Amino acid sequence: MARRRPVRWHIAVFLAPAVLVYTAVMIYPLFNTLRLSFYSEIGRERVFVGMQNFATLFGDAIWSDQFWNALANNFWFFLIHMAVQNPIGIALAALLSSPRLRFAALYRSAIFVPTILSFVIVGFAWKLILSPIWGIAPGMLEAVGLKFLYAPWLGKEEYALTTLALVSVWQFVGIPMMLIYAALLSIPDEILEAGACDGITGWAAFWKIKLPLILPSIGIISILTFVGNFNAFDLIYAAQGALAGPDFSTDILGTFLYRTFFGFQLQLGDPHMGAAIASAMFAIILIGVCVYLFGIQRRLRTYQF
Amino acid sequence: MATARDSTRTAIAAHAVLILYTLIALFPVFVIVINSFKTRRAIFREPLALPDADSFSLVGYETVLRQGDFFLYFQNSMIVTVASLFFILLFGAMAAFALAEYRFRFNTLMGLYLALGIMIPIRIGTVAILEMMVGTGLVNTLWALILVYTAQGLPLAVFILSAFMKGVSDDLKNAGRIDGLSEYKIFFRLVLPLVRPAMATVAVFNMIPIWNDLWFPLILAPAEETKTLTLGSQVFIGQFVTDWNAVLSALSLAILPVMALYVVFSRQLIRGITSGAVK
Repeated sequence: MARRRPVRWHIAVFLAPAVLVYTAVMIYPLFNTLRLSFYSEIGRERVFVGMQNFATLFGDAIWSDQFWNALANNFWFFLIHMAVQNPIGIALAALLSSPRLRFAALYRSAIFVPTILSFVIVGFAWKLILSPIWGIAPGMLEAVGLKFLYAPWLGKEEYALTTLALVSVWQFVGIPMMLIYAALLSIPDEILEAGACDGITGWAAFWKIKLPLILPSIGIISILTFVGNFNAFDLIYAAQGALAGPDFSTDILGTFLYRTFFGFQLQLGDPHMGAAIASAMFAIILIGVCVYLFGIQRRLRTYQF
Repeated sequence: MATARDSTRTAIAAHAVLILYTLIALFPVFVIVINSFKTRRAIFREPLALPDADSFSLVGYETVLRQGDFFLYFQNSMIVTVASLFFILLFGAMAAFALAEYRFRFNTLMGLYLALGIMIPIRIGTVAILEMMVGTGLVNTLWALILVYTAQGLPLAVFILSAFMKGVSDDLKNAGRIDGLSEYKIFFRLVLPLVRPAMATVAVFNMIPIWNDLWFPLILAPAEETKTLTLGSQVFIGQFVTDWNAVLSALSLAILPVMALYVVFSRQLIRGITSGAVK
């Protein structure tokens, strides 16, 4: 035992600050929130109530209607991102990565600009542009003879959520573009040249060679979009307020959580119901991440060059 | 000849699409900024025209600077962002060094534990975070925000930095050990300077989300003296909805600092993303 190595304190010193802050401010509150969802406040005291908050959330019509509405809206929000943002991002990346394209860096930087703006700027800017009072959107549609298409999109229940989802797409298209661009650049020229020798060029090369090779990146983008969308809040709050108008048609889980636990206008905040909603969001995100890790990522073949 | 003409045509088509999308990306920013310099009448009469001698006006900016405490908000945002980045980089690099350099029990487990936070958003824990901040009296202080953003940024920072630190040559560190440097000096004097590019990537990745966050300032620090620029402009615009000059000027003022940061760091940011740091 005399040859036992001395305790290497420096390892602990190096790890301690990060582990402490991370545990205290992230992991512990996360589990504490899950725990709080089993409690309720009865007569100013915190009482353990088991699954009752969840029973209220899913069983009480006032709560469950709001919850399912927010969840359904959130799925629609996610679907639009998957169907619009990611294909546009891939298309832009494919164009940018074409060889000998001039000004590529300029386009790249310009298209990324909306991504760096805050939701407050994006939300209000689009609110103003789409507003019937200011008239930029109707004016521009009129110029191309499509004025009849104009409607106050953010004010109509049937369009508001889709409009906001498209605004969000506009803001974040830069991220899939950059990631796919990086993936496309990492494809070695020899592979493309080998394809060209076999007569596969242009579009065919994209569909048959490049797309299969960038599938892992598309998988990563999908899961990033999923996690981002299911805890989105800021854009809806900035553009439509915490009531997610008109008539809750743009309510998603993030705004629902905010209203419930923090309170808004006439509604009093309820941290325990808030914790229940946060737990539901946690479960949804966890399911999504697991589906990706065990269902999708394993089936995608990653090629090492 | 035919192929040359084809490729020219393809290039023109590619440029057309990219220019179109660039216009779509920049148009809203452009409209907001040019109209913030116009009189109220000109804003409505010709929203797409550039301000000229006739329509030029700074009345919106005057209102904003008179009514809103934008310098204070800006200062708060600056303090929060810089302090969070400092702690993310320092603590993140230290932990990454421990994980990358030493073999000890629970090394892999610790790495996995720290990586959990990459996928799980910290917002899920907001209810308990608020309770904790109220309990410790940190609510409505900038420290509350700094702590939250540090915790939020650490997982990805440790992940990226430890990957980089594994690439630092062992010979160099062992030479340092033979010369009698302590492990701390090896870390601060030898390793940190070598991973500076990776630190810059981590900083740029974290900077913009921290600066733009609305959720935590709204919940943890909504007091007037701790408002960040993002929250401050949100509240200000909410109060001045009908004063178009003020709203447009406030938006332009909020765009300005981020654009300045972007112009300075865009190369770093783009290199960071495209170098596959997030893969």
